[in-house]
Amino acid sequence: MRMHYSSVSMLKYLTLLLGAFVALLPLVVVLFTSLKSRAEMARSTALTPPEDWLNFDNYKKAFVDGNMLVGFMNTVIILAISIVGAILIGTMVAYILNRFSFFGNKVIMGAFLLATLIPAVTTQVATFQIINELGLFNTRASAIVLFMGTDIISVYIFIQFISQISQQLDESAMLDGASYLKIFTRIILPLLKPAIATVFIVKGVNVYNDFYIPFLYMPKTELQVVSTALFKFKGPYGTQWEIISAGIMIAILPTLIVFLALQKYIYNGFTQGAVK
Amino acid sequence: MDSTVNKRHGDGRKPLLSFANLSYKAQRRLIIVAFSLIPLAFLVTFSYLPLYRMIYYSFFSWNGFSRNMQFIGLDNYITIFTRPDYFSVFAVSLYYFVATFAQMGLALYFATILSFKVRGKNFFKGVLFFPFLLNGVAIGFIFMYFFRPDGTLDALMNVLGLGGLTQLWLGNPDLINISLAATSVWRYMGFNFIIFLGTISSIPGDIYEAADIDGANRWHQFRYIIMPSIRRIIELNVILSISGAISVFEIPYIMTGGANGSRTFVIQTVETAFKFGKFGLASAMAVVLLLIVIIVTLIQNKLFGEKGA
Repeated sequence: MRMHYSSVSMLKYLTLLLGAFVALLPLVVVLFTSLKSRAEMARSTALTPPEDWLNFDNYKKAFVDGNMLVGFMNTVIILAISIVGAILIGTMVAYILNRFSFFGNKVIMGAFLLATLIPAVTTQVATFQIINELGLFNTRASAIVLFMGTDIISVYIFIQFISQISQQLDESAMLDGASYLKIFTRIILPLLKPAIATVFIVKGVNVYNDFYIPFLYMPKTELQVVSTALFKFKGPYGTQWEIISAGIMIAILPTLIVFLALQKYIYNGFTQGAVK
Repeated sequence: MDSTVNKRHGDGRKPLLSFANLSYKAQRRLIIVAFSLIPLAFLVTFSYLPLYRMIYYSFFSWNGFSRNMQFIGLDNYITIFTRPDYFSVFAVSLYYFVATFAQMGLALYFATILSFKVRGKNFFKGVLFFPFLLNGVAIGFIFMYFFRPDGTLDALMNVLGLGGLTQLWLGNPDLINISLAATSVWRYMGFNFIIFLGTISSIPGDIYEAADIDGANRWHQFRYIIMPSIRRIIELNVILSISGAISVFEIPYIMTGGANGSRTFVIQTVETAFKFGKFGLASAMAVVLLLIVIIVTLIQNKLFGEKGA
């Protein structure tokens, strides 16, 4: 019996280690490659660790020649504005949908739900024309409005949370004569902090990683974001994998830092975002 | 009424004085309109208007820019269903569809193991989940290097003495979709995993204790406690994986650009529109895709009941 258990437990750890190995190997190899010189590339295999762990030449080259700074700046601008916008929009809709029953309440909810059925990547054919007509093509506003506008998941998360906030809080505030606007800004919003954190994380990851919207709507070089800046490495550095690898690491590093710092919130964020 | 507010809050200001002076009934109306106007404007402009336009364009021959739009009825749809090179790309989806089952199986396995006592739990949890957070372009490049000749995979196989079996993983049309689907599993497994883990962890511990007392072993616990509690989530994920498999785009587009038979329906649609300037035809393709997704979702609701959605 004892033997049986220990071999099962061995198998368990073996599979876990194998899983971790498969998850990490592609990343570790790219880290190795990013620290190798051109000559070193030629004489080593992909699995060989770099000779000099502090050789950041490729990073310098990738960061400067690849215009990554512009990419980061544009990403931060787009990220900040679109997330704040999405949170405002989401909390506003969630507040009126949850707190007031009115003609059209169900219709608005249904309209948001139905919109998620439409795979966004396909409607780009028509969205492109609309963005163009609004004069937003090749501006940061194109990505900002698109990231801001089409998101049922955050509305959903906010409704979930607001429904857990007791109506009695609203009522006692009304006895004190507080306006609805005040109830929203002073009572509801502060109590929604965990939900806001959730949406911030889920949305933030999506926006940082999105490739297609900036690729399609902001082809101008000065408007490139991290994704599109990295994508451009494909042409000129076609075979210079040490430079491309450095670019990959630069794009991944912020994600790693945020992940290590906010692990718990990130797990919760994605679990809440999906299960509900 | 208003003076009480100020006394109570003691801030001496009257923010939005005029609004607060209104009766609650008037406030209600105003706030409903004000709070739904902007969100609805966004929703209509960027979800429903494109949908309407897309359906409209699908009946025209149009290059996307000229004023000259020619009404051609159902011709675009006929093209999609009769020209094999347009419709056959759906076969590529099958690879991704099959791969999602492997993905969910792995996710379920790791989630179950890690919901019990395990050494290094947080490390494994983090490592298995982390790929999901990564930038899509970065993942595409990482796996271009992984699969290229003398790349990560070939080097690993050499070390294991399997050097003779290396292939052109992204060059061989028989293998390319398997390589790409495997990349997709690597990318998205962590997402299923973390959801399963979250659901399994929300099962109260005393249920397991009771099962232990009744003499249930680990398999029984999995079969009769864990499975029923996550059935819904699995069902939902299966359905999502169908629409996901049909609308695969990013990984093949970044890694191969759709070359060597890795073209998916969405890549096809996007290229038809933006590369070949056939907006009418591309719109019709998008409508077909949308209809498939809607049908799949309806079937899901029929099969699993309303709550699954």
